[in-house]
Amino acid sequence: MSELGLPHIMAALLALSLNAYVLFGGADFGGGVWDLLASGSRRNRQREVIAHALGPIWEANHVWLIFAIVLAFTCFPPVAARLGTLLHVPLTLMLIGIVLRGSAFTFRTYDSQQDATQRRWGRIFSSASVITPVLLGVSIGAVASGRVGGETSGGFVSQYVQPWLTPFAFSVGFLALALFAFLAAVFLTLETHDHDLCEDFRRRALGSGIAVFLASALVLLLSRWQAPLVMAGLTTSPWALPLHLATGATAVAVLAALWFRRFRLARIGAGLQVSLIFWGWALAQYPLLIPPGFAIEGSAAPHPTLRALLIATAGGGIVLVPSLWYLFHIFKTVPADPGAQQP
Amino acid sequence: MSDLLAARSQMAISLAFHIIFAVVGIGMPVLMVIAERRWQKTGDGIYLELAKRWSKGTAILFAVGAVSGTVLSFELVLLWPRFMEFAGGIIGMPFSLEGFAFFTEAIFLGIYLYGRDRISPRAHLWSGVAVAVSGTASGIFVVTANAWMNSPAGFELIGGRVTNVDPIAAMLNPAAFQQTLHMTLAAFAATGFAVAGIHAFLLLRDPLNAFHRRALSVALLVGAPAALLQPVSGDISARQVASRQPVKLAAMEAHFETMPGAPLTVGGWPDVDAGTVRYAIKIPYGLSLLAFHDPKAVVKGLKDFPREDWPNVPIVHIAFQVMVALGTYLVLVSIWAGWTALRGRDLAANRRLLQALVLGAPMGFIAIEAGWTVTEVGRQPWVIHGVLRTADAVTPMPGLIVPFLLFTLLYCFLGVIVVWLLYRQIIRSPTPAAWSRIYTPGGVPGV
Repeated sequence: MSELGLPHIMAALLALSLNAYVLFGGADFGGGVWDLLASGSRRNRQREVIAHALGPIWEANHVWLIFAIVLAFTCFPPVAARLGTLLHVPLTLMLIGIVLRGSAFTFRTYDSQQDATQRRWGRIFSSASVITPVLLGVSIGAVASGRVGGETSGGFVSQYVQPWLTPFAFSVGFLALALFAFLAAVFLTLETHDHDLCEDFRRRALGSGIAVFLASALVLLLSRWQAPLVMAGLTTSPWALPLHLATGATAVAVLAALWFRRFRLARIGAGLQVSLIFWGWALAQYPLLIPPGFAIEGSAAPHPTLRALLIATAGGGIVLVPSLWYLFHIFKTVPADPGAQQP
Repeated sequence: MSDLLAARSQMAISLAFHIIFAVVGIGMPVLMVIAERRWQKTGDGIYLELAKRWSKGTAILFAVGAVSGTVLSFELVLLWPRFMEFAGGIIGMPFSLEGFAFFTEAIFLGIYLYGRDRISPRAHLWSGVAVAVSGTASGIFVVTANAWMNSPAGFELIGGRVTNVDPIAAMLNPAAFQQTLHMTLAAFAATGFAVAGIHAFLLLRDPLNAFHRRALSVALLVGAPAALLQPVSGDISARQVASRQPVKLAAMEAHFETMPGAPLTVGGWPDVDAGTVRYAIKIPYGLSLLAFHDPKAVVKGLKDFPREDWPNVPIVHIAFQVMVALGTYLVLVSIWAGWTALRGRDLAANRRLLQALVLGAPMGFIAIEAGWTVTEVGRQPWVIHGVLRTADAVTPMPGLIVPFLLFTLLYCFLGVIVVWLLYRQIIRSPTPAAWSRIYTPGGVPGV
């Protein structure tokens, strides 16, 4: 492969690992959202299904994020440094959310099964599951808006708060939340044999699918003013129309699949739909990593490092892919009936 | 509190907190796998119960380790963006490999903890082995990155610009072998002795309890050999430090004057301004012997280095004394336990040995904290030894005391909860119901 292509390949790997985090880690956060919003006579059983769906896999799913940050600071050190500096506040808050979500979920699993204790950990787990995706989305929105990658000056507020405290960044935050909740609801329809519970999650999937549509519209609307570069990418580039058509068609297909209870089809479609939205953002920025000042070429690490990392990634992938397949094969081919097994 | 101090304190708190859980993630899978293997070989249901009980504790600790590790990987760029901007492209390789290893560990831990009823016993045992191997590998990779900060390699600095980067040479830097060996042994020793201490405590109250007896034997099987080997690895490390970071060695020993035949300073309180150590025991030629294996060797003193390049001498010296003292204690207890076992005596019947084990339960972990204090504080004022100063690496963002306090509170809260949970939910003798389940004739082990 040409040496020039190397930074772009590594940028694609970085985007792929973020994409995987959004799909898998995102669905786990979405599970927490539905834990918070569990309602009706079956609310405790809904929570059990969510807990059983998350239990074996959330820690592995979470590693995609660690992967992304490591790839970022290894392959594009100035980019990671800039993100860490200007997005210190939302990223720190996101980390606190990540810590509370994961530990509270585990504490709930292993603490006393009394209702009061379970409710207390459940509340921390579920509210952290709502806040964390919003902060992740806010950080991505701040990057897309072009306020992180330019010259900065001024005091604390203008440097460390204003880049991300914008309506646009928060609209991306809410989009992330809606996407994660939508993914989780679609996935959860396949996590139970119980018809009523399945219907509960189907309704939630349909509802959050509409929320995804509304949040996407809001993001697009606000991007006119606050993220002109992404807006331009999403409207004028040659791939824009096919991408929008594909995303729209997938969205309609997923809703139809949910409507007709073709849940396996809906699961694949939802994953595809969320990935298309993610790649829409990534391509709109291409070849910039943080607009306007940080491009893939200009901020890449030395080529020996990129090459070594690419080889390591290929080698690691040989271990990782079959392991992940095994994990999901064990736990996700047949739904685990809540109560049937205890760790 | 200055922003630099706040950032350093936050990093220290985060590392000190995470290291405990990381070590458990390395050591516990080995204990669980041994117990499970013994169950499969002997059919003794108590070993299965043991593997399950340890799994529960590990699940809690591993989860906290996973999230606190995420915090650390982000803190590298949140607190030290200039360090990562400089070093990311050089030393990212072991971080990435650590990512793969940790990924594998998380996958197979999920399978191990939740998959017992879904896969064959053989596959289950092997998934435990995969957790143990990848957990150890993940620790080795991340310590390799730290070793590079102590002995940077794999790049050239020409006119302030990094060139000729060789990520493999950076990863295989001169300190990598010593540090990873020392840390891996420490992880097994600390975990083994912590578990042994807990079960020894329960045996003191209930000496005939077969559950705790088996637990003690497995824990010591892992902890004692590691503790016994640790002085050898410590010696290799010390000589490495002596040749590559003489100022760190001088601080560890509170050794102020350059001299041949330098004595070993044991204990005491360094008076930095006077250049002396009060209340210390001096062993003639000891330091020259330890650092260079030659009683006449010249050992450089702190006064040979500019004052602004000194680390905090009292902290480094005392942390080093603590590490060595606690490590020595664990060596002695290991010898005692090994001797008792070799003569065919019953470990659990020896109350004095059990008491010594209880006392030793936290020591491995305290020694690890002290050891990391030595290596991290001892490297100051550098973040990359001789290349980049910590003060030049910190984020320009003001108000760093706020995240420092936030994470301190968060980790105190989590620490209390974890201890309480382990105490309430995990660490206790099996209930009569569990015993009858283990011993019910015809009862299928594992149900």
